[in-house]
Amino acid sequence: MTSDNDRRRGLLARLRGERSAARSRGRRRLGAAVRLIAALTLAGGAYTVFAPGVQAQENPPLTGAAAEGKALFDVSCVSCHGRNAQGVEGRGPSLIGVGAASVEFQVSSGRMPMARQEAQAMRKPPVFTDEEVRQLGQFVQELGGGPQVPEGDLREGANLATGGELFRINCSQCHAFGGGGGALSSGKFAPSLRPASDRQIYAAMLSGPQNMPVFGDNQITPEQKADIIAYIQGTLKADQDQGGFNLGRYGPSTEGLAIFLVGIVALVFASLWIAGKS
Amino acid sequence: MKRRKLDMASVPGKAAVGVDERFQVSTPLRKLLNKVFPDHWSFLLGEIALFSFVVLLLTGVFLTFFYEPAMTEVVYNGSYAPLRGTPMSAAYASSLDISFDVRGGLIMRQMHHWSALLFMAAIVVHMLRVFFTGAFRKPRETNWIIGSLLFWVGFLAGFTGYSLPDDGLSGTGLRIASAIMLSIPVIGSWVTSSVFGGEFPGDIIISRFFIAHVLLVPGLLVALISAHLGLVFKQKHTQWPGPGRTNDNVVGERMFPRYALKQGGFFMVVFGVIALMGGLFQINPIWYFGPYEAWVVSAASQPDWYVMFLDGSTRLMPAWEINIPIGDGYVIPPLFWPTVVLPGILVGLSTLYPFVEARRLKDTRSHNLLQRPRDVPERTAIGAMAVSFYVVLTLSGSNDVIADKFQISLNAMTWAGRIGLLVLPPLAYYVTYRICLGLQQHDREVLAHGVETGIIRRLPDGRFEEVHQPLTAAGHDGHGELDYVGWVVPKKMNRLGALGPAVRGFFYPIEKPAEAPVSPGHPPVEPRPEREEIGSGESRR
Repeated sequence: MTSDNDRRRGLLARLRGERSAARSRGRRRLGAAVRLIAALTLAGGAYTVFAPGVQAQENPPLTGAAAEGKALFDVSCVSCHGRNAQGVEGRGPSLIGVGAASVEFQVSSGRMPMARQEAQAMRKPPVFTDEEVRQLGQFVQELGGGPQVPEGDLREGANLATGGELFRINCSQCHAFGGGGGALSSGKFAPSLRPASDRQIYAAMLSGPQNMPVFGDNQITPEQKADIIAYIQGTLKADQDQGGFNLGRYGPSTEGLAIFLVGIVALVFASLWIAGKS
Repeated sequence: MKRRKLDMASVPGKAAVGVDERFQVSTPLRKLLNKVFPDHWSFLLGEIALFSFVVLLLTGVFLTFFYEPAMTEVVYNGSYAPLRGTPMSAAYASSLDISFDVRGGLIMRQMHHWSALLFMAAIVVHMLRVFFTGAFRKPRETNWIIGSLLFWVGFLAGFTGYSLPDDGLSGTGLRIASAIMLSIPVIGSWVTSSVFGGEFPGDIIISRFFIAHVLLVPGLLVALISAHLGLVFKQKHTQWPGPGRTNDNVVGERMFPRYALKQGGFFMVVFGVIALMGGLFQINPIWYFGPYEAWVVSAASQPDWYVMFLDGSTRLMPAWEINIPIGDGYVIPPLFWPTVVLPGILVGLSTLYPFVEARRLKDTRSHNLLQRPRDVPERTAIGAMAVSFYVVLTLSGSNDVIADKFQISLNAMTWAGRIGLLVLPPLAYYVTYRICLGLQQHDREVLAHGVETGIIRRLPDGRFEEVHQPLTAAGHDGHGELDYVGWVVPKKMNRLGALGPAVRGFFYPIEKPAEAPVSPGHPPVEPRPEREEIGSGESRR
């Protein structure tokens, strides 16, 4: 007990002693309030003196296109990406900082709005027109910046051979040698490049949609991106497959199927025919 | 000047006499030309392999005129614009030249590749025929072993050829082959460095594979094929049981002229199918894969179909690594089991099967008559088991393509393969066994009761029954007494001549069909033709 009392002698004991005096407590409270007001006034005054002259606003003013985009966003995207595009847990990621490139890729290829939550969004007929895609992109761009697809011809001055080499090094692991796409783990996949436009390929490289890594301008320069796009569009998609029907360009799997379905079947019928002639 | 009169009709005979007087060949030739071959469509499957081998030799010789087996680095400057200016090996550059700059080169390359796939496919189909009909039994076990070896030598030929263009795909395949060799315990590193002349890829592998592909392996193939055919000649071809056919004779057509002519025609057909496929279907577009670089691996990089089962077994194999704590630690990688041990077991099982079966059945007789698969349910079921095992592995070898194109999760495909590999073969065994027994039972039933006519008869007591056409006069118990002879039992009235003969002709009738009524509304009125009643046999008594 003695030791307890000894310990209480100090701050606690003093507090208890003063608490018992009602008058002195009220005075202390008044003093604290005065000091607080004074401190706040000082801080506020200092802030008004040193703060930048521009008035901060709650909502930065949106340009015309972005405002149109926000209207579209509030109707079609808000349920998954949230009221302020900040994302909704378990439904959709934040769009702040993803940039117009991402919006352009996802929306113009019909992947967004998504039909349902699944391993990966599928390409569909787009819901929005090009103009609406631009407006949505502008809105997201003004939310927090991010990569943008440059205007103009995206294949200007491209070198097919360099593009092919870059494609084989960077893209063919997932999209396959013929650009037909390939499987990834757990139901995810690299889609076929055949329906993709120049701008979509560029936007995909910039923004790295879904399982694709980002190929920023410091990894693949805009000139190299032009080479890759030219190779995909000018060789993989435009080529007439010099060897004949390409069997879907799936590699040796369909070739093996063809030798049985066409070669062996034809020759078994031929042998039935020849053996039947007697 | 007086000209001697030339009698055209006597020229061949005189020429033959001249040849025989000089070489004395008529006696052995007569024996050869009079040799009899039984005729059945399933006996022509091996011929497909033989003829595609001939096409392989022809197209392959053409390709060697232009192919350069060297890994020297060159800069491509040919016709294919998207690769111009790219550094690559001389082998790949010359393969591109064959495809784009040599006249007829691309179709020759494609025919060569298609006939290689066809060669292996025909070997497998022929092997299945031989297995399921019991043609491998004594005295033909040696030929069965040679045939199995032909598959594995063909496998080597295919793999070395797959590597020659030195494009991205073949380099990836070589990389995997080097990994497989490395996985062999103790000798792995030595095997790899002696094959590649050092570390992968080295600069000698293409030249080595070239000489293996154009000389060693084809030489071995020619030797094995000659032995295979020689044994068929010596031991005579098997035949199906049937009227006049016994274990000691061969019923069929003479080698010359009919059989030789048919085979000549069939060669043309095989050649034509390969040429059509080479011209119509693109195979292995090496220009998309680019030159091989160690850092370039395309999605859907698969081996050709006959190697795919090894790829599949590798994909299904769990990552079980065996660490042996000797010295600094020794590791047997999981790759060793599906790619070295499994094929080893398969070679052993397939070559030894004839002896295993003979030992099990204590069968030491010689068999020249074939068996219908249904009559040997156990063997047929084992064969079905082997086929399902192989098919699961092959499908798993392309499971990424299947997963992608049919939108199935790749993980699900892998697990389906793992479970399927264990569950499907026993299931196939059971189902096949039951089907065989059912077919046997139906044969016996038709022999005892006759063919179903499709005519339903009502009996006086109100029962309905189908009228059966017995195949023979009824015996003492009202049942026909026919023994099953191991050959097709007629199961339709058409087979018994109930309908008139079919109008002959392959694409269009070469006979005049029976007159049809002018208008269905007004058929010509004719008296009903007299028909003989088809009875069950009992009613006639």
